[in-house]
Amino acid sequence: MVETVFEPWADPNADPLISFKNVTKRFGDFVAIDDLTLDIFEREFFALLGPSGCGKTTMMRMLAGFENPTSGSMSLSGHDIAGIPPNKRAVNMMFQSYALFPHLSVWENIAFGLRRDGVAKDVLHARVEEMLKLTRLEKFGRRKPHQISGGQRQRVALARSLAKAPKLLLLDEPLGALDKKLRQETQFELMDIQEQTGTTFVIVTHDQEEAMTVASRVAVMDEGRIIQAATPEKIYEAPNSVYVADFIGDVNILTGPVKAVGTDTYSLDFGGTEPMTAASDRTFAEGVTAHLAIRPEKIGIHAERPEGPNSVQGKVLDIAYLGNLSTYHVQLPNGQIIKAQTANTRRVSRRAFTWEDPVWVSWSATAGVLLDR
Amino acid sequence: MPYLWLLTLFLIPFVIVFKIALSDAALAIPPYMPTMKDGLSAMFSQLDFENFVFLTEDDLYWKAYLSSLKIAFISTVLTLLLGYPIAYAMARAPHEWRATLMMLIILPFWTSFLIRVYAWVGILSTEGLLNRFLFWIGAISEPLMILNTSTAVYIGIVYTYIPFMILPIYAALERLDASLIEAAEDLGCSRVKAFWLIIIPLSKGGIIAGCFLVFIPALGEFVIPSLLGGSGTLMIGKVLFEEFFSNRDWPVASAVAVILLIILIIPIILFQRNEQRQQEVEG
Amino acid sequence: MNRLSSFNVVSLTFGFAFLYLPILILVIYSFNKSKLVTVWAGFSTKWYGELLSNEAFLDAAWVTLKVAVISSSLATVLGTMAAYTLVRGGRFFGRTLFSGMIYAPLVMPEVITGLSLLLLFIGIGMDRGVMTIVLAHTTFSMCFVSVVVSSRLATFDRSLEEAALDLGASPFEAFRLITLPIIAPAVVSGWLLAFTLSLDDLVIASFATGPSATTLPMKIWSSVRLGVSPEINALSSILIGLVASGVIIASLVSKRNSVRLRLEERTAERL
Repeated sequence: MVETVFEPWADPNADPLISFKNVTKRFGDFVAIDDLTLDIFEREFFALLGPSGCGKTTMMRMLAGFENPTSGSMSLSGHDIAGIPPNKRAVNMMFQSYALFPHLSVWENIAFGLRRDGVAKDVLHARVEEMLKLTRLEKFGRRKPHQISGGQRQRVALARSLAKAPKLLLLDEPLGALDKKLRQETQFELMDIQEQTGTTFVIVTHDQEEAMTVASRVAVMDEGRIIQAATPEKIYEAPNSVYVADFIGDVNILTGPVKAVGTDTYSLDFGGTEPMTAASDRTFAEGVTAHLAIRPEKIGIHAERPEGPNSVQGKVLDIAYLGNLSTYHVQLPNGQIIKAQTANTRRVSRRAFTWEDPVWVSWSATAGVLLDR
Repeated sequence: MPYLWLLTLFLIPFVIVFKIALSDAALAIPPYMPTMKDGLSAMFSQLDFENFVFLTEDDLYWKAYLSSLKIAFISTVLTLLLGYPIAYAMARAPHEWRATLMMLIILPFWTSFLIRVYAWVGILSTEGLLNRFLFWIGAISEPLMILNTSTAVYIGIVYTYIPFMILPIYAALERLDASLIEAAEDLGCSRVKAFWLIIIPLSKGGIIAGCFLVFIPALGEFVIPSLLGGSGTLMIGKVLFEEFFSNRDWPVASAVAVILLIILIIPIILFQRNEQRQQEVEG
Repeated sequence: MNRLSSFNVVSLTFGFAFLYLPILILVIYSFNKSKLVTVWAGFSTKWYGELLSNEAFLDAAWVTLKVAVISSSLATVLGTMAAYTLVRGGRFFGRTLFSGMIYAPLVMPEVITGLSLLLLFIGIGMDRGVMTIVLAHTTFSMCFVSVVVSSRLATFDRSLEEAALDLGASPFEAFRLITLPIIAPAVVSGWLLAFTLSLDDLVIASFATGPSATTLPMKIWSSVRLGVSPEINALSSILIGLVASGVIIASLVSKRNSVRLRLEERTAERL
């Protein structure tokens, strides 16, 4: 069975829905967005990920129309939207605080946007009912926001922002206020709704788990710049910088000068007993400092020295037990700590390693990514 | 649009008052000259400081200014002394009571100010209730002359303006953490000292606001000294009113107003500064 | 701390006694058959009768009511606009002057504002009467309204307005449909404040009025200059009664509303 992969960004003929070209935004002396260029395509579930202050919220507000770029251009479906006020854009936003109108009922909240457009009465009625059904709020139409729970308010906010079937929906940290279980359920609901309605979603979040779960592509941002924009797998397995590698999930970074030892293979001297080998499709000059980023689950932990390259001996400093996984913090002779993660295939009492045990950690030459910054 | 409105009805009248203060008195209606009918240039041609000079010459006026300052100042202090404990008690009261207490403090404010001052006339007169009460319990044998003296004015001002003192102080105290006094006592302070060293300085903003809210209007008060004070009680508001309506000397009245305004500018600016500082602390 | 120290209790009782005794005394004596405060001649409502049949008083009351309603409504509109400009306007040309003009009348002695307004009216040759009183009251009431409304606007959640804009409302629609209904309680209390101030004003009205218009406070003033007057006692009691019942009803209603609101919120969370 052939599965068509959704990858419009790889298609040279596809036209982006949103296009940022060299956009810069300054607030006085502070540069919030720095010469940013990005294309977002239709039907994407695009995530803007980064710490607070990185500019992701500013980008969203520029898309919504509440801020205008200081320089550069933004276009929606090929039309330049700079200067168009928020009430005239085919873009809708779901606010972090939900911003439900407290004096209007749930029904009226959802109908608000449609009313502003002067939609005919029967069409309006049908559409609101449709939205209520989509978000499973049929029974709550008459209630006011203070009469429903937090999770329900979130759904009202979603329904309200989808009511006008916008080309682009912006979600500002939509799941922040929900507890973990509800958050996970809602993440899948959001993905379902996005696929059903075919709307392009752009979500802003600081929670990398959330971004990785829902998004078709993730843009990791820092200080007004996009460091890397790619699918979750690529971001995780092939980060383009230590920043991205460190931002997503857990990672071990080994730093040192590199030397080419074969085609696409380098040896890195990270200060251990011997240098280790890593494969890389990037070229590095002789002696330049590089960083090897390896995920903990790619590191094996053994009692005896295993076969193969890249083995280091160390002592178990700490064990973090997470039920299904254990992360071993292994201290190497040079002081550096390596995190090795294994699934707990055996019960704890029969665990092979414990505190203070001398162990060997190893990984294959292709397990990590060699980075230059 | 309110800008325009205020501009015309507020700023320009001030300019006019100033101008008239500088012009001559006349017996015609309106009792000053030259008027606007003579043309704008004529209006500004005969300006002089004659009226201001007159003010400094006649004892009445500068005595009235000084007396007003004195009375306003003393009343403010009295109001503070009386109002602070009440505000403090309100701030320490159990939460359920607070809304009701607030309402009780504000209620008299909604009642006519004139009527409340008038009520004191009946109480403070020589055959009034206070004297009769004191007589009845044997505290005095001769009736006290309170009405038509400065004392009555003090009572009147304190009575009328005490909500203005209580509310800002209450607001400031309410924001304070109740455990501050306990923390101080825990560190070895006596209760009274803790109060003096900690609570009072922290409620300073409220105290200052309250004092200004009392002092500034009290300075120009008219009704209270007229009803409760005697001919001996000089307050500038009363002087202005009488100058205007009884003597029909508008230019002098305007000059009186101008000087009063100048006296008030400093307190008003200080008050605004305090308010701004308060907002910064909160926001 | 839930128990009040005895000092505090004493302060409170003394304080409230001080505030309310004169009012109570007034009310009691309005029922005094005798004209004099000194002698209690028995219970009577005759002063109420005399008051209500006194044409001059009734006329003045009517004028006062008219002026109060018109000026407070105007003041509310203008004051709200002013508040909006102050809170949302950011920096604009002449802002310091504007905010100075808004806040100054609050503390300025009434004699000064009254005098300057009168001179303005004379200066432009306006006939003084009910109209000028309305103008005068609107001017100073507007400042009070603006203070009340701007303090509410400052804490207003702007994301609600942004949401309205995002959904397609024009800025004016956003104000009319979202902001205004939500700040309505502040606007209403602004109106009430303006109404009370107008109803109660003596000094400014005296300056701003003409021969044809007399307000109730002015009438009261002319009566009490000469001493205690039992009709004024009766009038006072009526006014006090009205105000007291108004305030008590208002606070009961708001209490009931907040209790109901809290109940609804709690049941919502349980669902």
